[in-house]
Amino acid sequence: MASNHLTGIGSESKQLATWYFTFAAIIFGAQLLFGLIAAIQYVMPGFLFEIIDFSIARMLHINALVVWMVFAMFGAVYWLLPDETGIETIGIKIGKLLFWVFAAAIVVVVLVFLLVQVGPADETTIWFITEGREYIEAPRWADWGIVVVALGFVANLFFSGIKGERTGIITVLMADMIAFAGLYLCGMFFTDNISMDQYWWWWVIHLWVEATWEVYVGALAAYGLITMIGAKRQVVEMWLWIEVAMLFGSGILGLGHHYFWIGTPEYWWEIGALFSALEPLPLVAMFIHVLYDWGKETGLQIAEGYEGHSIDGHTINNKPAFTWFVLNAFGNFLGAGIWGFFHTLPQVNLYTHGTQFTSAHGHLAFFGAYATILIGMMYLAVQGTNGIKVMRNTKASIWGVSMITGGVVGMTISLTIAGYVQVLVSRAQMGATWAGYFDGQSGLWFSQAMDWRLILGVVTFLGFIFLVKDLLTTGKNPVHER
Amino acid sequence: MANKSVWSDNRFWARSAAWVTGFASVLLIWLTFDTMGQISMGTDADLKAGVTKRVPAPTVINYKITYEMDTKRGHEVPVIGEKEKFFGKDDWSVEEAAELLHLGKLGSQAKNCMDCHTLLGNGAYYAPDLSKAWLDPAWGPDGSLQAMTGKDTKEEAMAEFLQHPSQYPTHERMMPNLGITAKEAKGLVAFLKHMSSIDTNGFPRNFGRMKGAVHGK
Repeated sequence: MASNHLTGIGSESKQLATWYFTFAAIIFGAQLLFGLIAAIQYVMPGFLFEIIDFSIARMLHINALVVWMVFAMFGAVYWLLPDETGIETIGIKIGKLLFWVFAAAIVVVVLVFLLVQVGPADETTIWFITEGREYIEAPRWADWGIVVVALGFVANLFFSGIKGERTGIITVLMADMIAFAGLYLCGMFFTDNISMDQYWWWWVIHLWVEATWEVYVGALAAYGLITMIGAKRQVVEMWLWIEVAMLFGSGILGLGHHYFWIGTPEYWWEIGALFSALEPLPLVAMFIHVLYDWGKETGLQIAEGYEGHSIDGHTINNKPAFTWFVLNAFGNFLGAGIWGFFHTLPQVNLYTHGTQFTSAHGHLAFFGAYATILIGMMYLAVQGTNGIKVMRNTKASIWGVSMITGGVVGMTISLTIAGYVQVLVSRAQMGATWAGYFDGQSGLWFSQAMDWRLILGVVTFLGFIFLVKDLLTTGKNPVHER
Repeated sequence: MANKSVWSDNRFWARSAAWVTGFASVLLIWLTFDTMGQISMGTDADLKAGVTKRVPAPTVINYKITYEMDTKRGHEVPVIGEKEKFFGKDDWSVEEAAELLHLGKLGSQAKNCMDCHTLLGNGAYYAPDLSKAWLDPAWGPDGSLQAMTGKDTKEEAMAEFLQHPSQYPTHERMMPNLGITAKEAKGLVAFLKHMSSIDTNGFPRNFGRMKGAVHGK
């Protein structure tokens, strides 16, 4: 099956995957642009004031992030399905139709966010303009649309998995994606009780990004190792199952670290601290797994006397994709693992909760854990659709990956410094009042950190332009082996 | 794989993953039942009887709320004290208070408050945390924010600011005009007052007590 990934041409599932990837890349660009607007507003508060306020820019920044990732995640599944199951995806026509429904719905939601922005305090706003709950602001009508599209996607996956070959990767994805879709329902009701509201809101946010999405990434990494360096399926899938056990074992109850201060009982301190302290472990495991397999496969071919190995004389048959996959192993561990652990214990979190610390963690974690591997999948799709046997880095691939990574790491460091100022001045010293908040914000270290964040945000955006250029042109580049 | 060990058997790990996931999920659901009981809103009768609830009834707006150190728990907790007027009115009825809170909570979502502010520490970090905003000394009788609006009470000052935020440039980073009506502003203030009465396990720490120096009063 590993060799099937070269035959992207003619597979409808893979064609649909490229649609998803293309739309994802466009929304990725929008994410960065709105991020830049929000970053400028930290430095120049008057910028676009009462036109595109920070709330709108920031909301679109994060919603675009979630949407492009979900699109790329769906795309990646449609890409790997035929390789894994050995058959064309069942119900692919409906899948294609749902893509257009999904894309159209997103465009409408974004236009309403941009042009209408806010509404009166009644149910019609919740249904048609914004739900106003951070990260999942999409109005209720769109929620139902998303549920329908997600169900169609899950049906494609399940029917193909049942009819075709059900590998370990497919089994994990089937279980994971049904949970992923089902959890969204927890964010679709209104309550006057803010504690109750946030309790269930975290079921969506946390159980997505710290449980189901992580397992999804484990499955993608497994697929990537098999297709790109020819790692042995038996071993890779064994690792995958261990990762699933560790990720769900720590991540599900790690939810407790969001329940320290929202009105929920004290026992969440202990549960949240214990399980979220365990959350980095599977990320270490995934990191070791990728590097171990890479080293092992390279060692194997040297021992067997090849220059290269199984895949036509090369250890890695897709250099840019593999670069992004290795960055995923690093980035997931650093961004989600280390930067998350920094402030996860309640004693620390009492002061860091709701500061730029969270934002530093958010930037590195979403980039490291998800953006990297999904960009890697886009490169796999470029390879497949162009019938490339061995894909090499171009100058643009290298500029793209270097500038994006450098930019995001730089933003993370800046935001971490800003977070420190906030914790020391606004929280520890001033006790979190209005005055305390602004004392922290006007600190020299804070404002310089925000300047650096903006500069490095621009670097990230320039890197994105290289990335897009590379994804669009590298397929026809004669440098690759066909 | 001639001498197959259980440790390298995929089925063993697949089953382990299923058991671990199942166990964690069951534990989470069980804890959720307990938490639901503890965070459901109290009743007006609870308030009258002095029964402490983590999330009090909407009629908590009829009472004075303070944030005081609980030596037993080792952190501050909201304390519901004697009756006080809210928007010049004694004793908002159960229905009136519930309606006002409903309007305020809807308003907090319809205006995307959370995309600049944090509520219970969750949200964006562009503007101050609102968890205990009601208790902020700046809105109090001697506070600069109340003085700025020229109003006599905390609730009227907050409502005035919410309706015309960009008329009161409190900081270089201003709050935009979100088209908040007088009625919505009342609801939002009720929502903020109610939120300040929620037992947040001592978050935020030392709220409004520190005046510039560590451990200084």
